[in-house]
Amino acid sequence: MAKFSAKPNDLSNIDFTPPKTEWTETPVEIREHMYCHAAKTKDLEAVEFPNVHDWRPQDEDWKLPANWENIILQGMQDLLKKYRSFQVFMDICVRCGACADKCHFYIGSGDPKNMPVLRAELLRSVYRGNFTLAGKILKKIAGARELTVDVLKEWWYYFYQCTECRRCSVFCPYGIDQAEITMMGRELTNLLGLNIGWIAGPIANCYMKGNHLGLEPHTITSSLEFFVDDIESITGIKVQPTFNRKGAEILFVTPSGDLFANPGTYTCMGYMMLFHELGLDYTWSTYASEGGNFGFFTTNDMAKRLNSKIYAEAKRLGVKYIIGGECGHMWRVLNQYMDTWNGPADFLEVPKSPITGTVFDNAKATKMIHITEFTADLIKNGKLKLDKTRNDHLNVTYHDSCNTARGMGLLEEPRYIINNVCNQFHEMPEDTIREKTFCCGSGTGLNASENMELRMRGGFARANAVKFVKDNYGVNTLANVCAIDRATLSASMEYWVPEVAVAGVHELVANALVMKGEKERTIDIRLEPLPGKEGAENV
Amino acid sequence: MKTLFPFFTVITLVLLVFAGVQMANLQFLFGVIIPYVAVGVFIAGVIYKVVKWGSSPVPYCIPTTCGQQKSLPWIKQSKIENPSNTFWVIIRMALEVLFFRSLFRNIKTELRDGPTLSYGSDKWLWMAGMAFHWSFLIILIRHFRFFSEGLPFPIHMIEILDAFLQIGVPLLYMTDVVILAAVAFLFLRRVFIPQIKYISLPADYFPLFLILGIAISGVLMRYIMKTDIVSVKVLAMGLISFNPVVPEGIGTIFYVHLFLISVLFAYFPFSKLMHMAGVFMSPTRNMPNNSRMVRHINPWNHPVHLHTYEEYENDFRDKMKGAGLPVEKE
Repeated sequence: MAKFSAKPNDLSNIDFTPPKTEWTETPVEIREHMYCHAAKTKDLEAVEFPNVHDWRPQDEDWKLPANWENIILQGMQDLLKKYRSFQVFMDICVRCGACADKCHFYIGSGDPKNMPVLRAELLRSVYRGNFTLAGKILKKIAGARELTVDVLKEWWYYFYQCTECRRCSVFCPYGIDQAEITMMGRELTNLLGLNIGWIAGPIANCYMKGNHLGLEPHTITSSLEFFVDDIESITGIKVQPTFNRKGAEILFVTPSGDLFANPGTYTCMGYMMLFHELGLDYTWSTYASEGGNFGFFTTNDMAKRLNSKIYAEAKRLGVKYIIGGECGHMWRVLNQYMDTWNGPADFLEVPKSPITGTVFDNAKATKMIHITEFTADLIKNGKLKLDKTRNDHLNVTYHDSCNTARGMGLLEEPRYIINNVCNQFHEMPEDTIREKTFCCGSGTGLNASENMELRMRGGFARANAVKFVKDNYGVNTLANVCAIDRATLSASMEYWVPEVAVAGVHELVANALVMKGEKERTIDIRLEPLPGKEGAENV
Repeated sequence: MKTLFPFFTVITLVLLVFAGVQMANLQFLFGVIIPYVAVGVFIAGVIYKVVKWGSSPVPYCIPTTCGQQKSLPWIKQSKIENPSNTFWVIIRMALEVLFFRSLFRNIKTELRDGPTLSYGSDKWLWMAGMAFHWSFLIILIRHFRFFSEGLPFPIHMIEILDAFLQIGVPLLYMTDVVILAAVAFLFLRRVFIPQIKYISLPADYFPLFLILGIAISGVLMRYIMKTDIVSVKVLAMGLISFNPVVPEGIGTIFYVHLFLISVLFAYFPFSKLMHMAGVFMSPTRNMPNNSRMVRHINPWNHPVHLHTYEEYENDFRDKMKGAGLPVEKE
């Protein structure tokens, strides 16, 4: 495979003219740089998935099991019986087209099958042909299609070109949610062993080792020890994280990306500094060392299996409640799925901030709060000493993650924090933030390297809005509360808006946080000189 | 093809009535039997579909949140766009059903030189949708005069308001004009906007042509090709009282109108028109975002294979001890 080398100017030259042939008559073309490698068999075997086999997306023969049509149709039948959403969304779309130009993949590619309505029709056409009277009798006239290998390949190609961001669902007059349809589509492809490497690897890791990155217990502790050293060189203070500690008041769970790669690591240092400054009685867990959930991008059962570790570990350690770090899809899962799957969390207590006394009634069932809810409450109650000027070298805008925006509604908490730790903050255009926020372009396990064209196309709409605030207000920092964002936006910024860096909200908090007994800071959390403070020691 | 087929289907339906009524004298079939069958299919079909939807559970609480969640007391919750209780869900749903709130949000995305993506308000679809559905509803209510003794006051009021421009004899109903314009718009956008044309199916054009046929035949009957309205009322009252009679002298145009309506009714449960019922059952809109406050129950929440802490510790005990981590078993 040749390296992806298209220039931004070429990629942004997008043709929105639909093809001459009807979409039903236009076979899928599995294009290089637009898809991810197939899953490794060992990864899918580790999590006991069915019909695991060796195959390659670019091959003609996908080596499907002999009765694959039956497996798919039976699978659809099961899903229709299990999910009212699926049943209703298959039946009621009127193809008004309101969703069409809302999808970041359509905006960035012009491929009509990336319009949410058509991506759903890929599945709907087979539904009609096999599960509706009109479709069975009238066939093509009723918009029905037969299930063929080409149709299956089309499903696979396009359901792994959807990041389940739900932006289309905001605009749909019936709330039809392509995320839900993609989830069903991915359930079906997983019945045939058709998953992608970038998802299968992390789920196998997370299942066996507790986190997507496959960090083993001793690696987790040593990662955090590095951060301890860095924090000491920045502040002169030695923070002391604890692990798997029974009797701690709070279990802290964050995406493992925060432990591993920049700029997430800076956010992680931010959590550690904040908790140390508060004297919080908290512990990390190496068993439940993943807040994110790539299982959510495969099957419902897999997501539940990975998620179960959080409550199990909270119970084993005897903590009172759980705080979760900055992550996007993690929070849709925690908000809308966790308690249903693995609750009730009756062994925990309703979260109550030991610093402010605030009781988080909004999490009285799940007993798990978002770190920005916790920190916003601290700031509101004047419990943190903050020096905003230490972020003066940063001109910040804020990217709402799809899932915290549209699967939760966490909009003001991070903004409140940013405004209290930064002097310069500018919003992107209103149609690109909050519930209308654009996906980074690489969510749902699509942040591989072999599909870079897809990722850059998908990230174009977000990047374009960042470019607007960069050009108009000199913004140089894109803040967010998502570990995937921190990895993927870094790549899309480098491609589309190279002047802008990506940072977690708690990295900004850490810069501003004045800690008791700290030394005069001359460097920021990235160990880069703080402008205006470089010579402080010599003055 | 996908436009012509539904178009000629509707034309054929019209010709069928002319043939049936004028040549074969099948007034009883078109005036009584088919309407009864159509209404029967409609009622049974809609109930079947809704029961079928209802028999699939809602395993997870999955509202699409379009505003600030309920969290800290000093952060203003967006109660309509992110409701946390049933009351505000009802408000959200009412706005959705009555005023198409989500469609009102519609924006148009355009790629300009730069490259710059620009987003502009685009309310045309919302306006046409509102105009179409509301005029359809008002026209439907106006028709209740044919099924009631005398002229009930509310229906009379609606007639007066609908005709308040006081144009022509008989007075021109605004809704007649509006529905024709709205349906024409909804059809033309499917023809002239390339993307919308691309996603359209015969099943999108057919109901448009059908409704256009119903509206045109109705308009012709009221304003141009007059038919004996007293006889029509006799027929209607006969139908509603299950004592059907077919009076002489009703023009064929009436049977065309009635037959197309019958087809629409019978077609309804098997088509996308079921969005009328489906909009109430969409889990992304009709649920409160309260799943951190109240546990949502999934009736099929079956047990799954887990990798327990014990297994994990067995895999990593030595490494854990080496890193100074506490273990359950030495």
